[in-house]
Amino acid sequence: MTYLRPTFRHPESPRNALGYTRQYYEGALSTLCAGCGHDSVSGAIIQACFELAIEPHRVAKLSGIGCSSKTPTYFLGNSHGFNSVHGRMPSVATGANLANRNLIYLGISGDGDTASIGMGQFVHALRRNLNITYIVMNNGCYGLTKGQDSATADEGSKNKTGHVNPFHGIDLCGLAIELGATFVARSFSGDKEQLIPLIKAALSHQGFALIDVLSPCVTFNNNPGSTKSYDYVREHMETTAAVDYIPEKAEITAHYAEGEACVVTLHDGSHVVLRKPDPTWQPTDRIAAMKRLHEAHQSGEILTGIIYLEPAGRDLHAMLNTTHRPLNTLREEDLCPGKEALNAINAENR
Amino acid sequence: MKPTDIRDPEYFHKVVDCQYACPAHTPVPEYIRLIAAGQYTEAYMLNWESNVFPGILGRTCDRPCEPACRRGRVEEKPVAICRLKRVAADYKGEVRSLLPQGPFPPNGKKIALIGGGPASLTVARDLAPLGYEIHLYDNQRKGGGMMLSQIPAFRLPESVLDEEVNYILDMGIHTHFNCYVSSMREVLAQDYDAIFVGTGAPRGSDLSKLPGRQEGAASIHIGIEWLANVAFEHIHSIGKRVIVLGGGNTAMDCCRTARRLGGEQVTVVVRSPFKDMKASPWEIEDALREGVTILNCMPPKAFIVENGRLKGVLFEHVEAVYDENGKRTLVPTGQPDTFIEADDVLIAIGQENAFPWIERDLGIEFGKWDMPVLDPVTFQSTHPKVFFGGDAALGPKNIITAVAHGHQAAISIHLFCTGQDLHRDRPAPTVNIFQQKMGVHEWLYDSYIVNDRRYAVPHAPEEVTLRNRRMEVELGFDPELAYKEAERCLNCDVQTVFTTSLCIECDACVDICPTSCITFTHNGDEDDLRTRLNAPANNRSQDLYVSDTLPTGRVMVKDENVCLHCGLCAERCPTSAWDMQKYLYQVTKACKIWDIARASVAEPV
Repeated sequence: MTYLRPTFRHPESPRNALGYTRQYYEGALSTLCAGCGHDSVSGAIIQACFELAIEPHRVAKLSGIGCSSKTPTYFLGNSHGFNSVHGRMPSVATGANLANRNLIYLGISGDGDTASIGMGQFVHALRRNLNITYIVMNNGCYGLTKGQDSATADEGSKNKTGHVNPFHGIDLCGLAIELGATFVARSFSGDKEQLIPLIKAALSHQGFALIDVLSPCVTFNNNPGSTKSYDYVREHMETTAAVDYIPEKAEITAHYAEGEACVVTLHDGSHVVLRKPDPTWQPTDRIAAMKRLHEAHQSGEILTGIIYLEPAGRDLHAMLNTTHRPLNTLREEDLCPGKEALNAINAENR
Repeated sequence: MKPTDIRDPEYFHKVVDCQYACPAHTPVPEYIRLIAAGQYTEAYMLNWESNVFPGILGRTCDRPCEPACRRGRVEEKPVAICRLKRVAADYKGEVRSLLPQGPFPPNGKKIALIGGGPASLTVARDLAPLGYEIHLYDNQRKGGGMMLSQIPAFRLPESVLDEEVNYILDMGIHTHFNCYVSSMREVLAQDYDAIFVGTGAPRGSDLSKLPGRQEGAASIHIGIEWLANVAFEHIHSIGKRVIVLGGGNTAMDCCRTARRLGGEQVTVVVRSPFKDMKASPWEIEDALREGVTILNCMPPKAFIVENGRLKGVLFEHVEAVYDENGKRTLVPTGQPDTFIEADDVLIAIGQENAFPWIERDLGIEFGKWDMPVLDPVTFQSTHPKVFFGGDAALGPKNIITAVAHGHQAAISIHLFCTGQDLHRDRPAPTVNIFQQKMGVHEWLYDSYIVNDRRYAVPHAPEEVTLRNRRMEVELGFDPELAYKEAERCLNCDVQTVFTTSLCIECDACVDICPTSCITFTHNGDEDDLRTRLNAPANNRSQDLYVSDTLPTGRVMVKDENVCLHCGLCAERCPTSAWDMQKYLYQVTKACKIWDIARASVAEPV
């Protein structure tokens, strides 16, 4: 029986800028179903963090409840983690972020955790443009309770029992654009070529970065008639543009013909290159993004890639003008600056 | 690349690195699993079928399997395959009743085997059960050939040798010992239907042109002759200061034997650098442990003899210079020569074939280096009745190669004697495939990968072994250590079998694979694909396993190089597109000796 992964790795495993191999970013062996899309998302997160050479102790993984929310155990085993109450991850993340803005926040949630029980929390994190990468592992069903339709299940999608969903599905990307997220993307667990650069860009983005990852439930929602099966997603995927992530220090060496690429520079100086986009599309145009989403929905396509990106948006800390230092580093003299400082403030108000 | 044809028996055979590297293709992982299970008798029989001398080889094999072992590419050291084989021999139960039981009904054919070493004995074993009347000739007093005369008893106890030689001789072989065959013409004149020559490489190279060689002859000995004289108890002692010339395994046997016969200051002097020495690393290690000094880059210049007595040897100093093709030249450094005092010198610089007894007008053609011209597959000489094998066929190699030759020569002789074509009618290898799946996380084989490093074989204390040349130095693994060492085996014969039509491209195998062997990507030629895999794929001696085109237009590419055969890809595969299947490959012998599938628990697929 193998519930343990061998510790041997490829003897020529590449090392990143910190000297770590990919192994340093791995977690425990997954206990999800064999073939679960979520494991691929975990794999993509490991690869993205490895390639970005993130120091694992600078990452805080937060999750709620559900198959998706179990996954932080399966990646970044050397990072901080908080497995919160069902649907309550956004508030815990908000609190953590306000207490220590120096960490990289990675929220992991599912369609139930986000679009059903956690909807009330999710929308407020969006409108506050909390600085977090928020990944939804979206499989359109409640896998942990045997596959009932979730709130993101598409109208007309058939589940494993043959039941056809009569309700309109919630489009998390549309909701996020509507409510103030500044990085909105959709991807597919089975397409790491797209997913990895998206995660790298999202982790580098300052503000709320949503990646809605279609991640098939291989056990309960991978049947013919389901709109979230491996086959269906592959057949209906449409992309706004191919995404390259170029870190801050690297130069953009490739040359792109006029209109061939659109380069967006993020807050930290890194670049997102969108290759071969529709010439009329601007990633920073919120209205166009909404229109594009609706058009794709109407034509039965699943729109993936970066859908909306506004690198200049102000995040929660900027809006609240909070201290730049983590709260645990504030000493008594910082918090109680004394009588003279009080007098100065009082004098300003006289 | 074209999809890999896994129906070709050689594809998966090559993945079992140890078995593939073994000249006799012994099913190594299968017998290691049997040892781990405590089934020593079955492990022994599996070996006996394949390599005829498990107890002997478990102590003396050149172990081509170990440098090939996949474990050595994943961590520091390979599995101690050779010494595990010895465990099977040491702890086996009664095996005589499992051997082919004579008397065998005669088939009317008569075979002569010239030489009583491993090649001839293998031919005898493979042919005797088929009813051949076999006559074995050897100039020694009993069977074993060089295993008897050249391998010192502290590495191979005579009882172990006799036991395994006698298993064969007791199958009704007509032995003619103490009988030197001096004329092939005479042998051919007798009524033999076929003749097999397994006379080895009996002549030790000499340094006859070196000054002082003749004058000092009384104290200068040819290594293999000296070893034989020690084995046959003609020699019981040697001087206190001994120089051994040469850097191969015979030199190691010479210096260690010298240490046991009174040599106190034993120095091995080698022309080449240490790293180029031909001796197996473990032999060198054992010699050093026993207080032998090894000096390198010093070719001998002259034997210094005074008043008819050997004083020592004069050596010059060289350094190895390699050209861009890696070809080595030894260039004198100009350092002053070194004189080393010695009472005796042993020359162990190589062995040569010698066929003075084969007349050259019999239709047996000799070619380069006066070696017989042979068909490399059938081992038949240009005289249809005469076959060669072992060192006599292709020059000095090792026991396991001689055994492999013996099997093939036996097949050839049988085909020849039954009027069949030696090439067309050769039997193909036997392959059995067994599914290993028992449950979601359960396999018939022990798939867990232990982290243990290689276990050392316990040795008897030197103060005892150096006083008695017959005392075996290595004590062998006990069952507990054997189990631990056996668990290090990666079960490379349990193959990862991929079924393209079942794959849904969920990437689960890619994500779980500890050594990043698996990649889904667009097809290309091999050079191109090797640059696009998830992990470096620079070991070109290891194949890429490529699937048919998948629905997304991609292919699955698996680099076999460092696959741990842990089965996680198959455990994480939702559709069983990956399956773990035990692949037993067996070289077909002239007769069926032991059914490899017998010890297996599952039915063949």
